[in-house]
Amino acid sequence: MQVQFKLKRFNSETNAKAYWSDHTVEIEPTDRVLDALNFIKWNLDPTLAYRRSCAHGICGSDALVINGRNRLACKFLMKQALKESKVITVEPLRGFPVLKDLVVDMEGFFAKYRAVKPYLINHEREPEKERAQSAEQHARFDFTTPCILCAACTTSCPTFWADKEYLGPAAIVQAHRFIFDSRDQGGQERLAILADSGGVFTCRSIFNCVEACPRGIDITRAIYEVRQKMLFDKT
Amino acid sequence: MKHQVIVVGGGLAGLRAAVESAMLGADTAVLSLLYPVRSHSGAAQGGVNAALANMPECKDDTPAKHAYDTVKGSDFLADQDCAEILTSDAPVRIYELEHWGVPFSRTPEGRIAQRPFGGAGYPRTCYASDKTGLYILHTLNEQAVKHGIKVYNEWAVLSLARDGAMNHGLVAMNLQTGEIASFGADAVIIATGGAGRIFRRTSNAMQSTGYTLGMAYRAGVPLKDMEFVQFHPTTIIGTNILMTEGARGEGGYLVNNQGERFMSKYAPKAMELAPRDIVSRSIQIEINEGHGFPDGGGCVHLDLRHLGREKILERLPGIRDLAISFLGIDCIEKPVPIQPGQHFIMGGIDTDKDGATILPGVFAAGECASVSVHGANRLGGNSLLECVVMGQRAGAAAGNFVKAKSSAIQDAVLNDAVKKTSADVDALLKSDGKERLVTLRDTMAQTMTDNIGIFREEKPMADALATMRELRARFRDIGVDAKNRKFNLDLLRTIELGGMLDAAETIAAGALARKESRGAHSRLDFKTRDDANWMKHTLAHFTPDGARLEYESVVQTKWQPEERKY
Repeated sequence: MQVQFKLKRFNSETNAKAYWSDHTVEIEPTDRVLDALNFIKWNLDPTLAYRRSCAHGICGSDALVINGRNRLACKFLMKQALKESKVITVEPLRGFPVLKDLVVDMEGFFAKYRAVKPYLINHEREPEKERAQSAEQHARFDFTTPCILCAACTTSCPTFWADKEYLGPAAIVQAHRFIFDSRDQGGQERLAILADSGGVFTCRSIFNCVEACPRGIDITRAIYEVRQKMLFDKT
Repeated sequence: MKHQVIVVGGGLAGLRAAVESAMLGADTAVLSLLYPVRSHSGAAQGGVNAALANMPECKDDTPAKHAYDTVKGSDFLADQDCAEILTSDAPVRIYELEHWGVPFSRTPEGRIAQRPFGGAGYPRTCYASDKTGLYILHTLNEQAVKHGIKVYNEWAVLSLARDGAMNHGLVAMNLQTGEIASFGADAVIIATGGAGRIFRRTSNAMQSTGYTLGMAYRAGVPLKDMEFVQFHPTTIIGTNILMTEGARGEGGYLVNNQGERFMSKYAPKAMELAPRDIVSRSIQIEINEGHGFPDGGGCVHLDLRHLGREKILERLPGIRDLAISFLGIDCIEKPVPIQPGQHFIMGGIDTDKDGATILPGVFAAGECASVSVHGANRLGGNSLLECVVMGQRAGAAAGNFVKAKSSAIQDAVLNDAVKKTSADVDALLKSDGKERLVTLRDTMAQTMTDNIGIFREEKPMADALATMRELRARFRDIGVDAKNRKFNLDLLRTIELGGMLDAAETIAAGALARKESRGAHSRLDFKTRDDANWMKHTLAHFTPDGARLEYESVVQTKWQPEERKY
């Protein structure tokens, strides 16, 4: 079938301003929106720039604003997109500088990830074998581990758009994953970072992030649990 | 820019190598075409092998048994000393990953859980749900952050900078700006992963082009055993997205259109858990003989229903989500239509057991390298293992190499390399050649899938080799449509295609020359393994007229070749 696409474009080498390009794409309802971008690039406009790699929702490269909402282009199918609109719009993620077309600058996003000390901290000597962890201890943090750092959550957050100091939901999810891991001893260091301005109290519980997450992570629960830990658990 | 060690690639092997070299005190940087967490290691699902003996069924498992399974799985083409290193280093590397935070699934006693995998005598595959690769990738990225390792994100390596004796660094392009720059490095470790996109039907990421194989090959480093290409038995029809071997490890069935578990005909003992080469051939025979289903150009069913909702949600939630997302099929209620798809290359840049190549200052590790630990067929769960074991070894070897190195990086060599490579790229950008990227690339991928697939014979392979050489000639007249500098992905894809064509040619040449069937190289015109003449590695050397093939003997330590029965 033929589907109309509108893509938000930007090329600083030729045009100071962003503009929209229109394309007619030959595509099936079971195809991915990423397949439509590929069709455009391979058949209609080779100059189009967008990130992609795994094409099945695990590498996190192709989070984009599709029909006004944050989605992974490789996990959002044409039939889902067509239920919302006859003309499919694709834009770069909001809140980051655009480098070209659908490609945004992710450096700031990863700087905030690094800011929460996203690595296991344990000061004890490593045992010869594994550190034992019970099923309950594993389950305690397991719901935040599937994060792929695609930035769909952070860039859907109006608080982040307004306050660029805000670490954002993705960084808090990463911190949660360690704070609640029984093997980690860096909780207090991270909580101190997250208690600062730009930390967990900046969140206004708008819930956009939960809706945007392609991994189904209950992000506001993670933010709530980090706050609870900060307020009521000083151990 | 100069570093003592530059690792090209930010996946499992690259990050593990970088962490090792940094821990040894070498000034280390990673150059990644993506952001490291986007690497395709993250798509690995089922797990990583190590003889930890954590489960009641595997109390007497040992690294030696793991090595034997690996050698037998390789159809006796793996170097046995290397297989022994792989399996004896395995427990150390897995415990280390656990200490660094990988959220492994656990036994009731809180130890690392292990599941059965193909071709293995015991449940030996350590797993973290069905997202093992994602978790290990993120954990190693976290270690790179912790060690403050400099990462050049979204830089594409273009060429190595060598003189007659050794390598001095590399030339790379910053995708964000289009800048082309030289990087001085006493040691370069190539860890760029797979080359699946040389084929049309593949489970690999779009970024798994393998173009750097062509780069190393043109710099004088031979490619080893390129004809051995793994087809994974269970990829989703159409998209060829992976359905982990762990699905069969957890007890899943393969079923044909007669409702039969057809593996009983091909591997009566191991059934669905025979090695991948055998299972993929069996599926293809069922499809070819009319026992498959017509969907997606031919498929059989992966049936998980009898595992029950609870086990599927706990152990296999990721693949359930994939089948729902892409097929609208919930594996709790319905079987999943699957077909074999290209998944892995056993071959790659020829290295020794420490990742060193014949070019001093150049190392390689992970899927892009061939040590060889996998020989003619890799066992499931051994690729993540190869990445962490060989990544660590290559990182250590490079770290020690730069400490012992007495000569300095030659700036003149770097300057010459950057000048030449920049001129090549400029010429490509300015070219209004009549050939088009998409046409050449699709012809390559379709030809490789059609002619050098699961079953092979003389004529189609000879045709494929001729096609690759013709495409290489046509490539000289390619035009690039996008002329800008920033994020010019049209340009990058064109550069990649050049390297892919080189690698594809070595696959075709090696396959055509090897007149036997061994592991994943299965010829209809030479149906048996021929140890007397062909128990040897293929080495493809670059010449302007095409690949020149040489052969090298296989290292045997403990095991004599035997018939593979499962």
